[in-house]
Order: sequence, then structure tokens, then C-alpha cells
Amino acid sequence: MTTLTDPPKEQFRLSMLLYDTRYRSATIQVIALIGFMLLAAWIISNTIQNLEALGKPVEFGFFGEPASYDINQRLLEYDSRDSHLRAAFIGLLNTLVVAVLGCITATIVGVMVGVLRLSNNWLIARIMTVYVEMFRNVPVLLWIVLAMAILIEGLPAPNAFRGENPTASMDLFNSVAVTNRGVYIPEFLFSRSLGDIHIFGTSSLRFDISLDLIAFLIVLGGSIFTMRKVSAWAAAKQESTGDRPKIWHIQLGILFVPMIILMTALGLYLGYPELKGFNFKGGTHMRNSLIALWMALSLYTAAFIAEIVRAGILAISKGQTEAAAALGLRQGRIMRLVILPQALRVIIPPMISNYLNLTKNSSLAIAVGYMDITGTLGGITMNQTGRELECVLLLMLVYLAISLSISAVMNWYNNRVKLVER
Amino acid sequence: MKKSVILGAATVAGLAAGAAMAGTVDDVKARGKLNCGVTTGLVGFAAPDANGEWQGFDVAVCRAVAAAVLGDASAVEFVPTTGKTRFTALASGEIDMLARNTTWTFSRDVDLKFEFVGVNYYDGQGFMVPKALGVSSAKELDGATVCIQTGTTTELNLADFFRSNNISYEPVPIETNAEAQQQYLAGACDVYTTDASGLAATRATFENPGDHVLLPEIISKEPLGPLVRHGDHEWGDVVRWTLNALVSAEELGVTSANIDELSAGATDNPEVNRLLGTEGTLGEMLGLDAQWGLRAIKAGGNYGEVFAKNIGEETPIGLARGLNAQWTDGGLMYSPPFR
Repeated sequence: MTTLTDPPKEQFRLSMLLYDTRYRSATIQVIALIGFMLLAAWIISNTIQNLEALGKPVEFGFFGEPASYDINQRLLEYDSRDSHLRAAFIGLLNTLVVAVLGCITATIVGVMVGVLRLSNNWLIARIMTVYVEMFRNVPVLLWIVLAMAILIEGLPAPNAFRGENPTASMDLFNSVAVTNRGVYIPEFLFSRSLGDIHIFGTSSLRFDISLDLIAFLIVLGGSIFTMRKVSAWAAAKQESTGDRPKIWHIQLGILFVPMIILMTALGLYLGYPELKGFNFKGGTHMRNSLIALWMALSLYTAAFIAEIVRAGILAISKGQTEAAAALGLRQGRIMRLVILPQALRVIIPPMISNYLNLTKNSSLAIAVGYMDITGTLGGITMNQTGRELECVLLLMLVYLAISLSISAVMNWYNNRVKLVER
Repeated sequence: MKKSVILGAATVAGLAAGAAMAGTVDDVKARGKLNCGVTTGLVGFAAPDANGEWQGFDVAVCRAVAAAVLGDASAVEFVPTTGKTRFTALASGEIDMLARNTTWTFSRDVDLKFEFVGVNYYDGQGFMVPKALGVSSAKELDGATVCIQTGTTTELNLADFFRSNNISYEPVPIETNAEAQQQYLAGACDVYTTDASGLAATRATFENPGDHVLLPEIISKEPLGPLVRHGDHEWGDVVRWTLNALVSAEELGVTSANIDELSAGATDNPEVNRLLGTEGTLGEMLGLDAQWGLRAIKAGGNYGEVFAKNIGEETPIGLARGLNAQWTDGGLMYSPPFR
């Protein structure tokens, strides 16, 4: 008979937290965390106490007060009697406008420049190199200021369009006015408009959605859905018979005919800008500040994107190009069908951070007087109410939210295109 | 990441709040220099001259305070501030006083926690337009594009004026006077609006000042004056009474020309004696020496001299005394007695 002895029961002693390597790192982390939290709590309470001693306790009530200032570019209706919150909301939309426009333009320009920089054409490749190096190595603020200065000094004032012998004239069959106060382009108007839906009643976040726009999107969505069905049908036919039926005229019809019918039903007409009084009236007014900021941000970011695209393309082995060429594909198609889809996997992650940079750089808008959220909430509102801490914290939160949303969307896209490994 | 961001902001604010607590008179004396916030450049009020020396009407107040406290009118560090940055600079302790044609309003005094020590220029908001525009009244400006310095009371007055007259306008917000000038001269805005004194000063720097007119409407009261932080009354008193010394000096006929003679010994006028420190202990009460008033006035002359030298009718800016004349001449300049 053998006697089994219990394995020695391990007794937990406090000293093991420090001397046992299994627990030590956890101990250190817990202590560090507590220390960090104490420090944070001390700083925050110190700030609150000091602010209270100054007679400026942290509170957000000022958001309900009338803003009392006007904003020139407003996507939603706003006047100086609206609240500071409303002004911040208008500013937020302006930030988003320039960020979205900037990201789209930067991507298009960046991809083109990146591809062209690899061109065999010596001149084009060199020009693109000069562009990239110039924009990448000068602070974006200078580009923004320069763009604004060019627009203001280089373009004619509305006054130059006036009189018997105007020194400036409108372009594109008298429909577009390019002035040093911005570009006025024709706008779409509907004589039998469906009207708007009002959302959120009279609160600060209220906005209107045009039913015309919704109708347009529904029809467009329907057309695109049908077009995809048709092209799936064509692909199936090609699979089974080897013949690809000609469908481009059907596709065009599907895209345009319902749209034209809708537009006629709504009574579409163009509102042209016209010189009235001090300024052009009518049409859509794209202000100089928006154009300067948009152009400078996109060209600056495009230089970085170009380098990312170039790196992505160079990361695809030359064998791919050669194999595609051996199959008889032409150069443009090799790039579009073989190289870029693979390069995209390398390109997307660094691209995200460039989109974030562009969005954050848009806070330089005040240099050209573009009323983004930094200009409204972090500028005039902060100045008029004297609530620095509240405004800055809120501003940070807003940028954080925007950035995280962009990251989330781009990460989702990245997950879709990345190589699925098994 | 979010936490660290908040932490950073909190630290900055905490430090700022801490700095505001100390006694400013002692700080300035220990530093040997007065940090004075001025504009980024408005000729006549505060702008560096050809030698890089700051000159102007607001600058003279800074110099007088420096002379009174430190005995040296040149011991001033001028900190250029924009309409947006000025209050943060003062609240955070970066500057000891702000002399930047800043309008005294209720909310700035009470809510922003500043102390306006007086008024050194009674102003009002006006409009400047090119003569070629053919506008003779601000009420004809319907639809005009207006350049406006952002973060100022003028921005709010403008909104109110156009709203109450039921006319529309397009605001072009601008950070500094120089940028406004550039946009205005390029025709990117039809109108430039700010305090009438500022408009006159800006117009004086134009190549052809005669091509631009100031419209007759003055749409607001803009009492401009130096200010300090709330809570430090000793410092507030020093700045207040330095300004009053300049005003009183003009009223009492003390000028740079006769000040040495008047301060050589007691004169027949006891108030002059108290002002110049040959009688009484006013300086001691302020925490300064007896000659503080003498030095303040010597720095740039009395209020009238400062006005005439920087913005008066003899200068290119050519502002009349108007409301800023002594009360004895029908103006609003009125210093409490030195007693």
C-alpha cells in the first residue's frame, strides 16, 4: 500500500505580490493605475477649486443664451438670436463640409499623383516629385494663407463686373461668377418642390430635410439597383454562352430616364447668380474661405496620400505586372484591375491617419475666417462668454468623436478589402 | 487618450488659475518689467515704429504705468494680442495689464472677471467704405460684405444694427487689423467696421486715404480703457490712478514742459503738489514712492499731450478731441481728485 501525500498546499502570502513573478507585474500595474488616477483627480479638483476661487465655476448653462453673432456660411438657417449651441452646431457642419470635400479631393489627387510619379514619362514623374516635396515640406497653415491671398488679390472684385465696360465678366455662358469674395455657381431650384420635413421642432439641433432630395436619392438608388441586376444578367449570359451582350445603352437609359422624368415632374430650373447691389445674388455662393481651405488642405494631404499610394504600388511584386502583361492586358488595365486592388490593402491603414490629419488640420480655418467649429464654439462663443475650459473641453470631445467615427468607417472598409487568411 | 487630453487641458487651466493669485505689484517689481498686452498693430494706438519701438496712445498708458512702478518707461514687454487672445492672456497672467482699445462692458467686467480701471478713449463703432461706392449712410448697406474683427464687441453690435434695421449683410470674420486692411483694400469686402478711432487710424495708413469715407452713423458706445484682473485691487489702484494722474495733469496744466519746474518745490496749488509728490503721502498709500505721479507724467506727457502726439489733429490720424476733451472743455475726461 502506498501512501499518497497531498501536494504541498500553496499558501498565499502578501509578500508574493512583490517577490513572485506571477503576480509582480500585476501589482506594479495596479499601483501605477492608482497613482495615475490620484494624480488625475488631484489635477481636476485643483482646477475646479481654482476656477471657483476665480468665480468661474464649470457650468454649461451659457449654451442656451443667444449667440448674438452672425455666421456667413450656414447650411441650416441660423440668425444672431439663436443659441450658442446652435452656433456650435452650424460650425460643426462647416467643419464636416470641408473635411468631407477635402478627403474626397485629396484622395483623387493623391491617387493620381502617386500613380503618375511612377510613370515612365520622365517629365511627368519629375513634376509630380516636385509637387509632393513642395507640399509635404511646407506647413499647411502657410498653404492656406497663400491660397487665400491668391484668391483675394488675384480675382476681380464684384465691382469689376459692373458698369458699361466691365473689366471682368462671368464665365461659362454667363452662369458662373468668379470673384474675390468667392465663386457663384448656378443652383438647382424646383418650381413644384415637394417641400421640407422639419426635424427636432424648434430645438437647437433642428434641421430641415428636403423631400426633393429624398425623392432624388430614392430614384437614384432604384436606378443603381436595376443597373446592377442588368449587369448581373449580362455576366450570367457571358458565363453560359461566352457572348457578352451589349448593355451600356440600357444602363444609361436606366440611369437617366427616371431621373429626367422626376426632374421634369418637380419642375427643375437653374437659378443663375446675378449682380444685384453690392454682391452677386442667387446661385450657390462658395466663399473664398471655403475654397482656400479646401484647396490647401486637399493639396497638402494629397501629397502624403500620393506617397502612400506609391509605396502601396511598389509593394506589389513586379511579377504581377509582368504576368498581367503576359496575359495581354494593357497598361491602364494592369494598374486598374491587378495592381491597385492589391495595393489597396497596403494603402488603407495609413490613409486613415491622413484623413484624420486633414480633419484635424481643418481647425486652422480661422486663419482665413472660415467659421468652422473652432471658429464658432472655440472662437467667438469662447470669447464672448469667457468659458474657456468648457468650450475647449467640448471642442476636444467633438474632434475626438469625428476622428473616431472616421476611423470606425475606414476600419470597417479595411476589414472588407484586406486579404482573408485561412 | 481622452483622459490624457482632458488632463492636459486641466493642467493648463490649473496653472493659469494659480498664477492669477499672486500680488501683481510685487511680481512686476521682482521681474523689473511690465508685461503689457497691446494690439497686434494699430497705428496711433499701438504699433512698432521704424526702429521697432512700440508707439501709440495705448502704449503710452503702459509706459506711464511702468514709469510709475519701476521708474523706467522703457521697462515694458509689449505682448501683441488679437481680439480673441487678449482676455485669455490677461486671465492667465501672461500679461499684467491690457491696454488694447478694449470696450468696457458689463459682461467683461462682471462675468469675465476683469476690472476696467477707467476710460482712456470714448469711442463708438463706425463704418468705412470706399468713396467710389457712393454710399452715404450705413442704412444703405443692404447686402454688403462687411469685414469685422472676430471676438470683439463690434461683431455683436454689427449683428444687432443690421437686425434692428432689417437689412442683410455678409460678415467676413478676420483676426487682425492688418488682414482686415488687406481684404478691404482688395475689395473682398465693401465695408470695414470697427471703432471709429481704429478706422481713422487704419485709413491714415492707406496710400490714398482720401478715397475712403467714414459713414456718419456711430452705432454703439465704446468706452475703451485699460483693464486688469479681478481680485488684485492694489494693482488695479496703481493702474487706475496712473491713468487718472495723466488726466489730472492736463486739467491742472502740468505738461512735460513745465513739470520739472513744478516738481522742483512746492507750488501754490496743493493738488499739483500731491500729484507730483512734493506734498502728502499718496505714493506711499499706493505702495509706491512719492515720485510715481511725476514719473508717469514725464513718460509721455499728460493726457492731452499723449493724445495730440499719437492720434490728435496734427497727426495723420487726425482725431478731434470730441468726447475725449477735459470736462472743463465740455468733454467726458474727468479724473477724481487727488486728495
